[in-house]
Amino acid sequence: MWARLTVTVGRSVLGLRASREGLRRVAGAGCAGRTHQETRDFSVEAAVKKTPLFDFHRYHGGKMVEFAGWSMPVQYKDTHIVSHMHTREHCSIFDVSHMLQTKIHGKDRIKFMESLVVADIAELKDNQGTLSLFTNEKGGIMDDLIVTKTDQGYLYVVSNAGCADKDSLHMKARLAEYKAAGLDVDLEFIDEALIALQGPTMAQTLQAGLKEDLSKLTFMTSALVTVFGIPECRVTRCGYTGEDGVEISVPRLRVVELAEKLLSNSKVKLAGLGARDSLRLEAGLCLYGNDIDETTTPVEASLVWTIGKRRRQMKDFPGADIIVPQIKAKTARKRVGLVSTGPPVRQHTSILSPDGQVIGEVTSGCPSPCLKKNIAMGYVDAAFSKNGTALQVEIRKKTVPAVVSKMPFVPTSYYSG
Amino acid sequence: MAASGLLRSFSSNFSTAWPLLTRSALLLAPLRLSPKPYNGRTIASSSRLSAALKFTDKHEWVRVDDNGTGTVGISNFAQEALGDVVYCGLPEVGTQLAQQDEFGALESVKAASELYSPLTGEVVEVNTLLADNPGLVNKSCYKDGWLMKMTIANPAEVDALMDEAAYEKYIRSIED
Repeated sequence: MWARLTVTVGRSVLGLRASREGLRRVAGAGCAGRTHQETRDFSVEAAVKKTPLFDFHRYHGGKMVEFAGWSMPVQYKDTHIVSHMHTREHCSIFDVSHMLQTKIHGKDRIKFMESLVVADIAELKDNQGTLSLFTNEKGGIMDDLIVTKTDQGYLYVVSNAGCADKDSLHMKARLAEYKAAGLDVDLEFIDEALIALQGPTMAQTLQAGLKEDLSKLTFMTSALVTVFGIPECRVTRCGYTGEDGVEISVPRLRVVELAEKLLSNSKVKLAGLGARDSLRLEAGLCLYGNDIDETTTPVEASLVWTIGKRRRQMKDFPGADIIVPQIKAKTARKRVGLVSTGPPVRQHTSILSPDGQVIGEVTSGCPSPCLKKNIAMGYVDAAFSKNGTALQVEIRKKTVPAVVSKMPFVPTSYYSG
Repeated sequence: MAASGLLRSFSSNFSTAWPLLTRSALLLAPLRLSPKPYNGRTIASSSRLSAALKFTDKHEWVRVDDNGTGTVGISNFAQEALGDVVYCGLPEVGTQLAQQDEFGALESVKAASELYSPLTGEVVEVNTLLADNPGLVNKSCYKDGWLMKMTIANPAEVDALMDEAAYEKYIRSIED
């Protein structure tokens, strides 16, 4: 049996480059203190990075894999499906400390950030956040991120681990331009931990550790609070699962304490990158590197909603001259959702028209634990992109029927108050 | 490191510079990271039927039945690496297979595994229970989770496969 592992998790593609020995050393080095450079099996030059929860993951039975240069748990003792369903029925903790957290300070921070992304940040309410995109001059998507306009004098940005180097260079380059022009902006890359707590029982679990009324914190709003006695935690009501959830930025020295406190609630379990990926796909959320990348424009990717109205008029973001006209003119291809039964549909699977012509390709796919059907995202020729269109996918030389479906595949439960 | 691999990645970021052998068995490593050494459930402890099992280096087993057909399945090691099986793609009855021909695939949420015929022969029966209950492969990989039955064109092929002891040794060698 040869198994093809299609591991596409988190907000970037899983780079499974470590050998067996390398992975074992990743796990062992935490305590023994061996560096990964000693391992000739690693193709990466730098050591694999560990989050502050590394030992905690291993202690709880985490199966560690290398992901975007980090050692991350793909699952724990529960099977993938059990972990996935637990998140939908109770709540799960995800370590997402590998993602890049940035604070943007200064009087001109909004202008600065708007020069890089498609969002209308100025119109955000205090402490409101939004999903947005870094775009490039060709109109392609450099990364997706969440930017929050805090009332603390900074913008708070969370972007993908796999794009951390690219994004930080990109922001630093713009910073240099702004500083040279005498504008007031500063970047601060935060080295704190980040955990996500996601699921219908998140609110009751977290409320026990807050003085503030969590029912006032609606979807995509953020607050700086003390959580279970740990001050200076930023709690943002957002996530990557489609469930009601939060991401908590917590001082790295106290994240284990917080995780243990949350886990002491029997309803709460740890979940890894495996479940994270099947949850986000059910929620219709893109995975950077798979569903969106520098070759896809926001219009092709069906992410026009991320482009603020004022931004479309002003065309003052990178690639605007290419992207904005596409909104009206439409694009040759579009990202769609697909549902099928039979063999699961995976990345790179060809999408065919009813008469067998190749009209697209799958960018993400997996069996849906909730729906017990196969779900996928991919790009198809625009003519075939309407919901309900009957198409085919080609799996192991056989064609299987698939239907274009709206996303999310599983209804979301974002908390609107 | 003559181990044939268990898992191959489709990740678009996967470095093609890696030799196939090191790309393989990626998910095996995480399983090895549990504090217990691998002694798992030895096959002998799980069934009297085990004495007749022979194994391929691709983690399939074959058992010669009283009537001379071979029943084929995947090993406990393989089902653990794969995770919850959600779909079994099995051949049609009557399919002619040469040894090592691809005869189907098993899919979990995250991984897809092709299945390779341990022997040369013809498919005479397929486990139809797996259509509605693919999880049988995980729950009972040596018994109720059997995949297919086939004729044995060349009995010498059976003799050349690993017996249980050799297979357990083989697993240990690829895990180290």
